[in-house]
Amino acid sequence: MMRFLPWLYLLAAFTFIYLPVGVLVLFAFQEGSLPVPPFNGPSLRWFGEMLADDDLMAALRNSVLVAFGSSAVAVTLGFFAAYGLARHVLPGSAVIRGLLIAPLTVSYLIVGLGLLIVLTRTGLGLSLWTAAIGHVVINLPLAFAIIYASMGAQQQNAERAARDLGAREAQVIALVTVPMLRPAIAAAFFLSVTLSWDEFIIAFLLTRFDVTLPVEIWSLLRSGLSPQLNAIGSFVFLISVAVVLLLEVTLFRKPRP
Amino acid sequence: MSARGDQLRGWGFVSPALIWTLCFFVLPFVVMGAMSLATLEGRTLVWDLSLANYAKLFEKAYLWRAILVSLEITLTVTAISILLAYPLAWIIAFQVPPRWQRLALLLAILPFWTSYVVRSYAWLLVLAREGVVNNALIGLGLIAEPITLANTRFATVTGFVHFFVMLLTLTIYANLIQLSPNYRRAAMDLGANAVQTFRHVILPLTLPGIVTGAFLTFVLCIGDYVTPQILGGNTELSVPQVIMVQLGRRADFPLASALAIVLMSIVALAYLMSARWLRIDRL
Repeated sequence: MMRFLPWLYLLAAFTFIYLPVGVLVLFAFQEGSLPVPPFNGPSLRWFGEMLADDDLMAALRNSVLVAFGSSAVAVTLGFFAAYGLARHVLPGSAVIRGLLIAPLTVSYLIVGLGLLIVLTRTGLGLSLWTAAIGHVVINLPLAFAIIYASMGAQQQNAERAARDLGAREAQVIALVTVPMLRPAIAAAFFLSVTLSWDEFIIAFLLTRFDVTLPVEIWSLLRSGLSPQLNAIGSFVFLISVAVVLLLEVTLFRKPRP
Repeated sequence: MSARGDQLRGWGFVSPALIWTLCFFVLPFVVMGAMSLATLEGRTLVWDLSLANYAKLFEKAYLWRAILVSLEITLTVTAISILLAYPLAWIIAFQVPPRWQRLALLLAILPFWTSYVVRSYAWLLVLAREGVVNNALIGLGLIAEPITLANTRFATVTGFVHFFVMLLTLTIYANLIQLSPNYRRAAMDLGANAVQTFRHVILPLTLPGIVTGAFLTFVLCIGDYVTPQILGGNTELSVPQVIMVQLGRRADFPLASALAIVLMSIVALAYLMSARWLRIDRL
């Protein structure tokens, strides 16, 4: 009996972990109009309704734009900051590092609230752009930390060699540093994309008419349970999983250069 | 390159990120702090540098109650999550054959990446009156009538625990696999039984993983608006929910700011209490 106990626990834990996801995905294929037992399907009806919903498709487009746009900015800023701090001696560099990491310690709600106050006070208004700015704020620390952590002496030697051979700084960065750090940069980018893609509260506070997918899902939730929500939820989950698996592959693919 | 020129170039690389953080994080934060000292009279903001908003925490029962509710939920969730995650991490680290460990871990935390709105919605489906759990219980003959599971604190805690079990499994597992098996062997050689070995050797050595996970759980749980809003009932509100109410109905930004500052202070306090064991950089 004792021998099986760990496996029983593992089974119970996985059941608990996958119960909501399983129910979500299963009832996305529900034929009827309520996503609760009994299951009568499978039917692709609700996926069809999802694709036919213009608001939802617009939100999907917005989410992709915000996720990729904000991640690109976060990774670019994070990379240059990491390069500057790792390769140049700056006074107060510990303070700068602390400042760049600081947003990680503050909950998203508070980051969003602060930006909301500033944006409404200054009359700049809310749009997809402001949501993207918020997402850069939360993803920049992660991108910076991941890239900074992977900048070792090994790359520095290669950079010195390139410089000795007459490469200008821009050439060193483009031809030596970036290619050598590709796994870390890719990891930072994909992690930012998933976090932005799933993020709700900042997008909810900082968008007005054009919204991202989680915000659109939120407003659909008000009208109660519906298999259409299951279909969208399953779809969002699938995209996140795909990106995470991509991350797993880019991060852990050996051998590194 | 001169030292000065080198420094200047360094600033050039760092400044975009620095300016971004200053403009869109530090500045809003300072403005929020200032806002918490203003008051709302009717619909106009008065910048009178008063602590009136903070005083309200003690005067208005519903604000005080929200802080207690948030703390109760967060501490319950943190405790239950640790108790459930530790055995799971242990089993993955020591029972699952090494070549399957990565896969087991990946599977154990995959639903972690569901959007939190979607995850809470999924729990609503599971716990609804006509949902899977009630159906199963009735089918098994354990209950005759559906019981109310959704829109209760139980539902909020379940939704949270589900998320944080995955997070804690990750941090505790990372800690467990770094342990050399020699510690266990040495303890056994010295005559400790399994329980003593765990209690006096393994547990203290894995404390950093537990505390790191617990701290992250605390921070993310106490600041979350979505889970209690979707799964909790409307009989009790957490601090984030009260903040959102202030923003929406009354546009009382000063009070919302004060509550946000209080939330941050609680997190800072939790940080100070756990700083000794925190290993954020090791993750």
